[in-house]
Amino acid sequence: MDQIIVQILNGLDKGSAYALIALGLTLIFGTLGVVNFAHGALFMMGAFCAVILSRILSASYKVVDESQTDFLGNPLQVDVFYVQRWFGDAAGATIMDWAVPLAILFSIPVMIGIGFAMERGLIKHFYKRPHADQILVTFGLAIVLQEIIKYFFGANPIQTPAPDAFKGSLDFGVWLGYEANAIMYPYWRLVYFFFSALIIAGVFAFLQFTTFGMVVRAGMADRETVGLLGIDIDKRFTFMFGLAAAVAGVAGVMYAPIVAPNYHMGMDFLVLSFVVVVVGGMGSLPGAVAAGFLLGILESFASMPAVVDVLPGINQIIIYLVAIVILLTRPRGLMGRKGVMED
Amino acid sequence: MSKSNFTRRGVIKTGAVGGAALALPQYLRADGHAGFTNAPGDSEVVLGFNVPQTGPYADEGADELRAYELAVEHLNGGGDGGMLNTFSSKVLDGTGILGREVKYVTGDTQTKSDAARASARSMIEKDGAIMITGGSSSGVAVAVQALCQEAGVIFMAGLTHSNDTTGKDRKANGFRHFFNSYMTGAALAPVLAAQYGTDRKAYHLTADYNWGYTTEEAIVSSTEAMGWETVNTVKTPLTQTDFSSYIAPVLNSGADVLVLNHYGGNMVNSLTNAVQFGLREAQANGKNFEIVVPLYSRLMARGAGENVKGIFGSTNWHWSLQDEGSQAFVRSFGTKYGFPPSQAAHTTYVQTLLYADAVTRAGSFAPCAVAEALEGYEFDGLGNGKTLYRADDHQCFKDVLVVKGKENPTSEFDLLEIVEVTPVDQVMYAPDHPQMGGADASLGECNNGA
Repeated sequence: MDQIIVQILNGLDKGSAYALIALGLTLIFGTLGVVNFAHGALFMMGAFCAVILSRILSASYKVVDESQTDFLGNPLQVDVFYVQRWFGDAAGATIMDWAVPLAILFSIPVMIGIGFAMERGLIKHFYKRPHADQILVTFGLAIVLQEIIKYFFGANPIQTPAPDAFKGSLDFGVWLGYEANAIMYPYWRLVYFFFSALIIAGVFAFLQFTTFGMVVRAGMADRETVGLLGIDIDKRFTFMFGLAAAVAGVAGVMYAPIVAPNYHMGMDFLVLSFVVVVVGGMGSLPGAVAAGFLLGILESFASMPAVVDVLPGINQIIIYLVAIVILLTRPRGLMGRKGVMED
Repeated sequence: MSKSNFTRRGVIKTGAVGGAALALPQYLRADGHAGFTNAPGDSEVVLGFNVPQTGPYADEGADELRAYELAVEHLNGGGDGGMLNTFSSKVLDGTGILGREVKYVTGDTQTKSDAARASARSMIEKDGAIMITGGSSSGVAVAVQALCQEAGVIFMAGLTHSNDTTGKDRKANGFRHFFNSYMTGAALAPVLAAQYGTDRKAYHLTADYNWGYTTEEAIVSSTEAMGWETVNTVKTPLTQTDFSSYIAPVLNSGADVLVLNHYGGNMVNSLTNAVQFGLREAQANGKNFEIVVPLYSRLMARGAGENVKGIFGSTNWHWSLQDEGSQAFVRSFGTKYGFPPSQAAHTTYVQTLLYADAVTRAGSFAPCAVAEALEGYEFDGLGNGKTLYRADDHQCFKDVLVVKGKENPTSEFDLLEIVEVTPVDQVMYAPDHPQMGGADASLGECNNGA
């Protein structure tokens, strides 16, 4: 039983990431009708916002320390961090330690800006083109973005740790009456889960309870009529693209301490996120979120040694198997709407 | 009105005669019909450096390429000569190889066997490379080695640690300086037994490909010989980035040691996850829970950051070694590039020098003559102490370094400390060892090509 609880917990944070990416994908598809294959790259760019801010906060200058030598026997050049020089040793160290949470604030304007630039500069030219063209151009864009990141940051993963306050694990099992070490769960993954829940709730609240959100929902339902009412729906949809980029971005920032960012991480999530969107139902925001968590948890279960021993390789195909079964029984996905991508 | 004397037939005749006259010296040139693939001219010789320039091992590949360029510079008489000054063989004099200037071409393996074979084939067929070297993956090394065997050129393997490269997939035209999984097991197990005791239960997470299998087999066999028990071995997909589903069941499995048979990005992520799940602080079976990473590289340790502190593993070479050869190499490399070389850079630099040396001693570029010069060759001064290129399997035998993540690093390069230099006798094995393909494994016939 304890193993099942462990895998449910694992699935929740994996599912959170899938849900956040799929939410953004669905927002873009629902508003602009574009299948955005560059969305995984936006998640990766978000993770690199954490890396970049961490590097900015760790900016330093060299001071020669004659008492020590470097690997060539020359006097050692010691790094002195600017933040420690400006704010004192303790405050400076704390600022550097909290780079990832601070990167959320840094990433939101950056990602909205990237989203705007992508939509206005490239994707808007493809609105009236077939979906295949949109897929090709956004996939190409994803490759360009990841190659840019690789050029500047290299191919190896870059450690971006969570603040010291969140290091270590919660012994969840003790709360439930199990022995110590039975169900361990890292604090940062709990933070990630609650953070995701907050973001998802925020996006839903924004669409549900604001006038702006109401207009966007109206536009998603019938773009032409909203346009005829004199509302500039295109401008609002562009904003939604920026918002979707920011959601993917903050998901990436918070994910950086869980899996060290590398240039390829977006692609790893992209394919799975598309499966999540399709299983959830094209254009359905609640469907995307529900399918994200469902598939995250199933993937975790399929990775249990007991399961893999019986069905080798099941951990790599479970998501696709479930997708096939769901699409055969419910062709529009779990919560798909009639008429979406059916013309 | 002038009349031209040129006729179509005349031009063709003249062209054919002229072309044949121009081609004749090329045909009559010393090695022009020497009976082996890509025999070089009198002035230059081309080497092919086939490294991952894109893909997950691109950083290792970049460091290998730096080392190759440095080796070429030293062979051609540039720079400070590096390890040419400390190498026990003194036949290389900085005038290239057999008086020919060393040129090189590069290819991108992308850490994919098919791409690596395509780029090696292109370097052999289009660029006239007489020797192919490189690789940062055993799958790639085995594939390219087989291609070189067919094509009749020498393959000097770069970073490849799987037993299979000089085990069941050994080839007469292929040579490996880097150590292997068996040697890691043989060197690491006694240190682990001394540090953690002989009553331990190990849980293995293993990358699901060639190198992972041989490393797992080697560590399981050598730790069990020390009295350890293997609780479970779980294969993880090479593309996995989040290992939480694999790490979570470990603490409750009855194991008190986790062995991560992972390399590169896999290792960085699995180790990070293991630390996040509190394995470093945990207690199991009344002992401190421990993590082991059999194959370490400095580039990887840098990626894993603080998480590597105190964790044991093995490595082929480390820049902090104090012997003359290592110091000369670190000085050359560090002065040129501003940071110390990795083990990948070291092995590729050494392989280039060893090839050049073998050609010079053999007095010929013919692959079979070069192979003969390398077989059973003993040398020193290249950073690993006395080393033997064993004739039976073309594997180098030398001391192996057991290292651990440094507790208090003084710089971003100072991440590993050498715990023990395991003497070569302890890591020696019979050429027909079961882990190396048994009695069926054979080098086959050396191939000079066409």
